[in-house]
Amino acid sequence: MTKDEIKQIVLDIIEEIAPDEDLSDVKPEVRLRDQLDLDSMDFLDIVMELRKQHGIEVPEEDYGELASLDSCANYLEPKFNQ
Amino acid sequence: METERIVITGIGLTSPIGDSMADMRKNLLAGKSNLEMIDMRYMGMVPAGVCHYDPLKYQKKKEVRIGTRAGSIAIFCAHEAIQNSGLDFESYNKDRIGIYVGTTEHGNVETENEIYNISKFDYDTKFWTHHHNPRTVANNPAGEITINMGITGPHYTIGAACAAGNAGLIQACQMLKLKEVDFAVAGGVSESIHTFGIFAGFKSQGALASHEDPNKASRPFDKDRNGIVVSEGGALYTLERLSDAQSRGAQILGEIVGYAMNSDAMDYVLPNPIQQSACIRMALERAGLNPGEIDIVNTHATSTPQGDIQECEAIRNIFSESKSTYINNTKSYIGHAMGAAGALELAGNLPAFEDGTVHPTINIENLDEMCAIPNLVINEAKDIGSVDYILNNSFGMLGINSALVLKKFHN
Repeated sequence: MTKDEIKQIVLDIIEEIAPDEDLSDVKPEVRLRDQLDLDSMDFLDIVMELRKQHGIEVPEEDYGELASLDSCANYLEPKFNQ
Repeated sequence: METERIVITGIGLTSPIGDSMADMRKNLLAGKSNLEMIDMRYMGMVPAGVCHYDPLKYQKKKEVRIGTRAGSIAIFCAHEAIQNSGLDFESYNKDRIGIYVGTTEHGNVETENEIYNISKFDYDTKFWTHHHNPRTVANNPAGEITINMGITGPHYTIGAACAAGNAGLIQACQMLKLKEVDFAVAGGVSESIHTFGIFAGFKSQGALASHEDPNKASRPFDKDRNGIVVSEGGALYTLERLSDAQSRGAQILGEIVGYAMNSDAMDYVLPNPIQQSACIRMALERAGLNPGEIDIVNTHATSTPQGDIQECEAIRNIFSESKSTYINNTKSYIGHAMGAAGALELAGNLPAFEDGTVHPTINIENLDEMCAIPNLVINEAKDIGSVDYILNNSFGMLGINSALVLKKFHN
């Protein structure tokens, strides 16, 4: 799975958990919390949906890796391609 | 010392027969119910009362997703009530607003949904949502109002089975009299049609209505009644001390002149007409009224074979000599809205202060002679000229009884 595909997966999850947000211009290098109305509970939802939909575990100490779309893709790529 | 008088200055509601008091009243006078068959998890089709308000009128999509149905109903009703009250909400001191929401139960819906969710993952609890606790804490529906509207005064729910709608209003009266708050939003809400457990529990108890036509299923006092139609809904009122309401020139929809609550201390589910009568008498005494001065008694009767007879006995005990007291029932149109029932049914009758009419009880084809109480208004509305006092009964499991006396406001 490519990094772009992984970014799209994360965006699809964000669309579910933050349905009021406009996701048409999310900058991959910028922290998600700096450009979208997301709180810590929303990030727990992202972690839960990765677990439910893709069987991927993100341990608590790695939550910081989900800060931006780019960091998500870098962190999740090996997990998706295992 | 003169006791502070408490008045109703606004109302917001959602019910199966309308999302405003005017719409609800129109349908009640026209004899139009609106119950539906819904597909209940594990059970199949069951009759139920469903609300069709627009949650996105006052909530973001994310709030609807994270919150509960009871919270959403409460938020809708609170916004509508405060708008209806004409309060300058933006500049009002939000620390002085109290939120008192009656609920029959809370948390069943959310817990059942989560168990269903993890059943798809071999019951592994790591798939259990972190939203579970804030969704299921007992204060959830009241707390969601405060978050949505930025209200910083006290909030809590009043768990009082199916007497909860009245109990919410009584709590508001008490807090206003104690000057704990200056403005109260109070009543009751129900999300109970979203839990199979309520339906299955009533079914196991032999108290769940069944009928091929859902609009015929809720039939209090009819010989062939066979149980409750569970509904969702909500009705929240704004209440104020009379002096405050008058000083801001508020509309006054009615005055709460008497209320009472007591307990049967007898049985988990069976009602007790002696204690129901005692509760009604206490409310009348506090209002300083004789039974004959009450124009309308809105019954709690839920269409169960036993419960309706018991309440009729309680009413006979008190009103048998009251020639001008008329009796009706609102559940025949909207089903049993559980925690919202008392508050919603009051909303169905408050307009009688203006139109002088008693809305009928519908669906009575063969009146049960055990329920043949004098002046029961059946199937057609009755114009009685003027209505000055309404008694609103609500009773619930574990033997909890409540009665409210409302007076038409005369300046």
